[in-house]
Amino acid sequence: MIVEDLSNADCLVVPKEIYRQVAEFLKADAELDFDYLEFQTCADHPPENLNFVAYLRSLGKGHRVGLKIVMDRRHPALPTLADLWANADWNEREVFDLFGVVFHNHPDLRRLMMPEDWIGHPLRKDYLHPNVVKRPD
Amino acid sequence: MLTTEEFELNMGPQHPSTHGVLRMVLKMDGERVVACDPIVGYLHRSIEKMAENRTFSQVIPVTDRLDYCTSMTSNYVYVLAVEALADITPPARGEYIRVIMTELNRIASHLLWYGTFCLEIGATTPFLYAFADREKILDLFEMASGARLLYNFIRIGGVGRDLSQAFLDRMMEFLDGWEPRVPMYEKLLDENPIFYNRTKGVGYLSQEKAKFYGVSGPNIRASGIPMDVRRDKPFAAYEDLEFDIPVFDEGDVFARYRARMEELRQSARILRQCFEKIPGGPATLPLNYRIKIPEGETYQHIESPRGDIGCYLVSKGGDMPWRCKFRTPSFVHIQIFRDLLPGVLIPDIMAICASFDIVLPETDR
Repeated sequence: MIVEDLSNADCLVVPKEIYRQVAEFLKADAELDFDYLEFQTCADHPPENLNFVAYLRSLGKGHRVGLKIVMDRRHPALPTLADLWANADWNEREVFDLFGVVFHNHPDLRRLMMPEDWIGHPLRKDYLHPNVVKRPD
Repeated sequence: MLTTEEFELNMGPQHPSTHGVLRMVLKMDGERVVACDPIVGYLHRSIEKMAENRTFSQVIPVTDRLDYCTSMTSNYVYVLAVEALADITPPARGEYIRVIMTELNRIASHLLWYGTFCLEIGATTPFLYAFADREKILDLFEMASGARLLYNFIRIGGVGRDLSQAFLDRMMEFLDGWEPRVPMYEKLLDENPIFYNRTKGVGYLSQEKAKFYGVSGPNIRASGIPMDVRRDKPFAAYEDLEFDIPVFDEGDVFARYRARMEELRQSARILRQCFEKIPGGPATLPLNYRIKIPEGETYQHIESPRGDIGCYLVSKGGDMPWRCKFRTPSFVHIQIFRDLLPGVLIPDIMAICASFDIVLPETDR
């Protein structure tokens, strides 16, 4: 694992395959005790990467950590954390809705913000909609 | 023979007690809720996508629209993230003005909550008192920023305009007149048996559940967890100011009401200290309007009246954000209704929903 120093929190770059195990460990370990999920989101970096981040905090110990997963933006998929921290449920639904990331074993993976019949994932950088006018450079 | 069956009830999107457009699909057994599925997204204005197509300064008025009850905190959290990336430290006077503005906004927001919360459970009088007092704070904001609701006041490197001595004097005048009214607010409700029966023991949220769901702000403090960003990770001038964090262990609607009323007093206490301690000098740094931010990413959070509001900002070195995500407290608080509402009666839904102080524009963004 590589620790990437951010301006206010350490962000661990985690391979996609062990993301779930790392999250389980961070929650279960008594010394780390990450009992609070702040948020999960994505940032699109075309042409190849889709970066997923999840920020965790320990209310008792007062420390926090960010997990970052670099994914292939053609078929992004991750395991869910909704059973570890309950607010991961809607965070993951939002990421699924706006970025098209599929979460395995998610209890209820529906669109959250956009209508059910919406086509495309609006926060992707290459998303185009006929009503959206591109800002001139 | 009489047969009974469960039925589905849509509460909202247009319902006066949902504070905006929240739809709750309730499965009912008579008057009792069996299951609840909150549906949001009716106010989705793609604020995060809009932020990607504006310069860093132009995003500030967009953040106003995140939460129309506390625009100052939404401005502030975004500006804090930009400043963390660009390594800008605002002058000391600017930091104090930010504290004054966020605390005044906290009082205004809690008063609005107090009024509507009472309206929800059938008390009309407190609403009128609360709004008359909130009006005076809006006048102060108008004096400082020119706007009553959407201020665009906290800017990168400082604030939009310096505060005059006349503003500070008028703020003290307001505090002197308003603070004695807080006990009156409480007296209207605390000793009222109807209010007591409607709120005591209703909507119990345990400590474990509050953590599991990621609840924040007065709601988690009413469940016995002393979590407050102003204390855990002091921003602006909060390090120099003295204040208490009111914590209650009951975790019910009544405790959430008590937590907010105590916070009103603490905010007034902070404002009085700011009046004494505010330093002179410039309030803002002379910066280029079209500022370029170095490459990087950051997550900053502050304490809004509703809870822990955060901004995750990614810059690629241009003059526009690459990605700007807002972690909003109401987004988290609405999820907990799936857990709290099953088993309660329809009238309790209003009391519980109102006690969490949800704001829908902030949820849907």
